[in-house]
Amino acid sequence: MKKVQYERPVIQRLNVGLMNKYGSRTEFTPVTQIDGNAVAQLITQYGSPLFVISERTIRQTYRQANRAFKTRYPKVQFAWSYKTNYINAVCNVFHQEGSWAEVVSGFEYSKAIYNGVPGNKIIFNGPDKSAEELKLAIENNSLIHIDNLDELYTINDLASTLTKRPRVAIRVNMDTGVYPMWDRFGFNYENGEALDAINKIVLNNNMDLVGLHCHIGTFMLTPSAYAIAATKLSELAISIQKKHKKSIEYIDMGGGFASHNTLKGSYLQGIDASPGFDQYAEAICTSLLNAGFSEGELPLLILETGRALIDEAGYLLGSVISNKRLSDGRRATIMDFGVNILFTSFWYNHKISPAQPFSQYTEDTVIYGPLCMNIDVVRENIAFPALKKNDQVVVHTVGAYNMTQWMQFIAMRPAVVLIDMNDKPHLIRKRENINSVQNEEVMPDYLKDCLL
Amino acid sequence: MKLKKNIALSDTGFVFDPSNGNSFSTNPIGLEIIQLLKQNKTQSEIETKILSTYEVDKNTFEKDYYDFVNMLGKLKLNAADEKD
Repeated sequence: MKKVQYERPVIQRLNVGLMNKYGSRTEFTPVTQIDGNAVAQLITQYGSPLFVISERTIRQTYRQANRAFKTRYPKVQFAWSYKTNYINAVCNVFHQEGSWAEVVSGFEYSKAIYNGVPGNKIIFNGPDKSAEELKLAIENNSLIHIDNLDELYTINDLASTLTKRPRVAIRVNMDTGVYPMWDRFGFNYENGEALDAINKIVLNNNMDLVGLHCHIGTFMLTPSAYAIAATKLSELAISIQKKHKKSIEYIDMGGGFASHNTLKGSYLQGIDASPGFDQYAEAICTSLLNAGFSEGELPLLILETGRALIDEAGYLLGSVISNKRLSDGRRATIMDFGVNILFTSFWYNHKISPAQPFSQYTEDTVIYGPLCMNIDVVRENIAFPALKKNDQVVVHTVGAYNMTQWMQFIAMRPAVVLIDMNDKPHLIRKRENINSVQNEEVMPDYLKDCLL
Repeated sequence: MKLKKNIALSDTGFVFDPSNGNSFSTNPIGLEIIQLLKQNKTQSEIETKILSTYEVDKNTFEKDYYDFVNMLGKLKLNAADEKD
């Protein structure tokens, strides 16, 4: 006689009519496949944990965003935010779709060049640009977004020694009605710093002021903040036109669009709380179109959105290491991935699905990672099915920031696989091994023997 | 372990403790174990029954059994919590 599939015994006290912090069950069907590839097979082939990226989802999401803006505004250009996910294969999917590169360090700039992005299609943002890096960017005709006066003067000095004129924009911060106001990047709009910087650039006449840039925040749930920002940048552009008889070629609205992740403490699920591309596009494009630009003078609209374009395309596959019972009776499940590679679990309540069949019975569970650190908590409270050792799970919406902010801490970083448009998996980053760390270390001769 | 005598069980896994009005939900294997405990079966008898019915090895079940029985204790379903 065939035996019955085993599930560990669970018992839960019923609290009628009371809400609890674990909420109700959210998982109803296992996620056994990603783009036609069995989760179990991917883990067998590439190990656990494993990041998986769906090329199909990237391209579909990009096209959706592109359509939302291009149906509302005549000149739109996306620039892929490297810091969100700078694995080369991922960057080149975006570049193939038409995205320029938006980088925030010399390291990211080198990556964009390595990926074949023409210099004039690289936007160089960020507060840390060395003179060497700025010189290279000037020679490559890249768009340099000036963050502070020290940088402005450095570019000015470089410009006098080079044959090429730097193409620059200034980064503008402003009050858009959201808290906290991001004022650490660039020059302030309200107190006139931005206009002062513009005057310096134009009057020195050593560089070409081609754009205005802002980056008003991250995971912005209020599209109206973008409307305010677009209006203020437009006013600035029009005032430059009036004062200096100089047209601004582009307005760059930065990034910050929210993905469908659920922020910790949010009452609503991310999919209900986060605006769609159409809402952001409506806010931005309407403001630009109504700003009063004369015919033929409408600036190019550049968008550096990262998170909203890649988050849904990323999955993290993992396995159960063990189950425990905490002192207060809560279930604890330890996974083989933690905050070391899932950095975003500090901000989000990530959706986690079992990758094999399970029953409708759940337990109030804390999901821990494998680190010997108390902070390694992936989900503080979740009504989760009874999984056993070696069972597999899929964490959703992890494509943004995890593959750049992950840490080689206690454990090595896992492999990353891209599933192409024909459902074929490709290894795009190898699993790290001991040599990945040891190769960078240097042992002084007198310490070569540990003397034990 | 001995369960309280008056615990009420339904076929669908609803557990009711009339001594304090608490109610619980358990899965099919949990229900089966509670039923066996109510029949005063020993741990060894319960283990034999479960291992012959379910696809599970001895170590896994032993670990889960102890955890489950501890939970029954935490939820005050054992006879030690019974008032005379």
